[in-house]
Amino acid sequence: MSQQFSLTIKSYLRALLDPWQGALLLLGVLLSLPVVVIFTSWIYPQSELWQHLMTTVLQDYVVNSLLLACGVGVGSLLIGTTVAYVISRYDFTGRKLFRWLTLLPLAMPAYIIAYTYTGILDFSGPVQTLLRDTFGWGYGDYTFPDIRSLTGAIIVMSLVLYPYVYMLARTAFSEQPISLVEASQTMGISKFGYLTRVSLPLARPALFTGTALAMMEALADYGTVQYFGVSTFTTGIFRTWFGLGNGIAAAQLSSLLCSFVLIVLLFEKWSRRHIKYYHQGQNHKVQKRKQLSGGWAVFVFILCLLPPLLGFIVPVIQLLYWTWLTLQQNIDVQFIELIINSFGLALSAAIIVVMLALLFSYTRRIKNSKVINSLEQAVSLGYAIPGTVIAVGVLVPLSWADNTANLISESWFDTTVGLIFSGTLFALLLAYSIRFLSVAIHNVEAGLSRITPDMDNAARSLGAPPKRVLKEIHIPLLKTSVLSAALLVFVDVLKELPATLILRPFNFNTLAVRSFELASDERLVDAATPALAIVLVGLLPVILITHAIDKTIKGKS
Amino acid sequence: MLSLKKRLIAASVTLAAALSFTGSVSAEEVNVYSARKEALIKPLLDKFSAETGIEVNLVTGDADALISRMNSEGKFSPADVLITTDVGRLVRAKQQGLTRIVVSDTLEQAIPAQLRDDENQWFSLTMRARPIMYSPERVDPEQLSTMEALTDAEWKGRICIRSSSNIYNQSMVAAMIQQTGEEDTLKWANGLVKNFARPPKGGDRDQIKAVVSGQCDIAIANTYYLAGMLNSADDSEKNIASQVKVFWPNQDDRGAHINVSGAALAKHAPNSDNAVKLLEYMVREDAQAWYAKTNHEYPVRDGVEWSETLKQFGTFKAEEIPLHRVGELNAEAVKVMDKAGWK
Repeated sequence: MSQQFSLTIKSYLRALLDPWQGALLLLGVLLSLPVVVIFTSWIYPQSELWQHLMTTVLQDYVVNSLLLACGVGVGSLLIGTTVAYVISRYDFTGRKLFRWLTLLPLAMPAYIIAYTYTGILDFSGPVQTLLRDTFGWGYGDYTFPDIRSLTGAIIVMSLVLYPYVYMLARTAFSEQPISLVEASQTMGISKFGYLTRVSLPLARPALFTGTALAMMEALADYGTVQYFGVSTFTTGIFRTWFGLGNGIAAAQLSSLLCSFVLIVLLFEKWSRRHIKYYHQGQNHKVQKRKQLSGGWAVFVFILCLLPPLLGFIVPVIQLLYWTWLTLQQNIDVQFIELIINSFGLALSAAIIVVMLALLFSYTRRIKNSKVINSLEQAVSLGYAIPGTVIAVGVLVPLSWADNTANLISESWFDTTVGLIFSGTLFALLLAYSIRFLSVAIHNVEAGLSRITPDMDNAARSLGAPPKRVLKEIHIPLLKTSVLSAALLVFVDVLKELPATLILRPFNFNTLAVRSFELASDERLVDAATPALAIVLVGLLPVILITHAIDKTIKGKS
Repeated sequence: MLSLKKRLIAASVTLAAALSFTGSVSAEEVNVYSARKEALIKPLLDKFSAETGIEVNLVTGDADALISRMNSEGKFSPADVLITTDVGRLVRAKQQGLTRIVVSDTLEQAIPAQLRDDENQWFSLTMRARPIMYSPERVDPEQLSTMEALTDAEWKGRICIRSSSNIYNQSMVAAMIQQTGEEDTLKWANGLVKNFARPPKGGDRDQIKAVVSGQCDIAIANTYYLAGMLNSADDSEKNIASQVKVFWPNQDDRGAHINVSGAALAKHAPNSDNAVKLLEYMVREDAQAWYAKTNHEYPVRDGVEWSETLKQFGTFKAEEIPLHRVGELNAEAVKVMDKAGWK
């Protein structure tokens, strides 16, 4: 054990000496600062408060968080895989439309879909009113499931998170070569057997990655569970911090949440332990899609229509109706500014985060070092930490840096420079990088894993310099994954709330902040306009990137 | 690769330079950290700017997050004024040494003593009441009397109230602990939870809707939510809100629960003169009238006209307790509600 430990120490030291790895190590430490801050909270035991939590609410937090994460995982996996498989295997009327329609729920923040469905399905909403008017029922004459429950939260979150699975699964299914089908047929494997024994297992890394992302997103969600009255870890953290006024215990709760995520991540790694899913080259013919007609075509059409209908179209119609009611008071110059702010912020964050992800993934691929491996794990944890906790984890070190900078400039130049780190967009971009790096790394790695080391070796042995290998092999093959990564980060930042709320500089607002402020003030109708704008701004990259993915897939066939 | 690296470095230097300019200081300004939502404060701040020429820089957010931000920014914090929507956070800011004493006759004259800090480190700007709201079809107001009476068996399965994570409930229970003691408050909370019609969910407006839908017969909610619904752009909300009535509890003893929104001067305020001007502006009659009209909150100073909707709710006797105790008892209140199983 001690020998192993000293080995680890040695490898860290060696990494520090290598300038490239050393720089990356420092960057990694900066990015895992909030996680470190959270875990060090255990130095200050809060036994009395934990006693209280354990006898009252802790069990609720644990059970509900686990059920939510697992439920959303299963829900997203089922919807995402089904839709992706159908779209990459069959031709049917409307398929072209569904290729991008099924991605649209990605642009819908979970808390907004929660608000809209509550409006639709509530006792006073259109659905129940219609039922009562049609059948002449009154209150208590019928039972109607309550959307504001754990089940409701699982359903609405699955409806907007399944695209994480779908995006990765579609690329994976589309790239399975025709030779696989042929080989399976010669071995007498049935069509169903092909699906369960060949196609799905091959796509497993992609499916699991997507599911893990959805689960982490569910674990970190605050807006939806808070509105639905489900006590989870995130609501517990806020309650402990704000209600009980105990920041240390709140950090300790956060560290438990982090441990959950670690389990999800380890599970994902474990699921692909013996497998190196390198493809045998990309120029193999991909499978031709089977033409469907008649009853099957209708069935498949409905199957593909349901997720985007429920996860996007229905809530957007409700939002449109609410927007219509309040259009005049809500659209002004300020509103345009909000759109520009949100778009610019999401775009810069997407670029920065994807570059960081490429940096980490490539270093890991080239150096193949344990240090970078564990570093990648550490920075991935940020995805499940609620934005508020990250924000504070960012504020503490940045404010320290600011104070130091100001003290120095005060004593040397007799002037203060102001809050150059914590009071500017820098703080926000850092928080986003911590929160969303995991999404980008997962996507980039999924792409990189499809480029075999053999390809690199072959190209290099044929005399191609690294630059050319990068340009002619890696860039074309990675494009889809990098674009998906950028898209996911973009929409995630667009929807991000708590960190943006705490860290944004003076006079800087985003659509998400505006929408949340109105909604949390229970002015759902007024919140609809900015909510709709988030969805619309998010649509642009969704459409662009679907187009790009299609082009790459087509280019190969 | 190298050129890319160089370009990256150049880009980040430019970015850093550009960012640091946004932090530069102009002559006449005041920086506001506000837990009041932008829509409920910006118009007033704009009026202040137009009148005085002092530019107001605003950042809104959760009160506790803003307090953490001030705390970690320390000596160089740009914050001048902290605005919150409850007294608990003001007390917390004071306890953490983030506020300072304001010497202002205007503020002292405008705001009654029980609505400001005993050392004048924070001031209430508006009041909100948290009465009982009931369905006149199913509840005879004669049956209603005090908050304590809501634990009676006749109310079993008939009460709606939001989660105990909400600050208004925390303040209400904290005020009760102050007045009746922790033991009695726990008994009351236990009894109230037993009479819940459903596990708490949604906001105050949702409790009002639940009364109208028949899920429960009475709700406990802040007055300005009901007033907001009555003045909503959505006709169905208006229609719902018109079907409940307000009952003022505890009128024969301690009075109905009220909570306040307020403001404090930051300890390290770089523009303290302008900050005090802003505070004084916010208790001026026209500003107080604006609060009352736009968000249906009760003004802290006498002689300011209420909105029509507030007038309809009627006058009432409000609790009079040292407000700082509400802030100090907040954690006890949460524990009491945890023990009572109030989700």
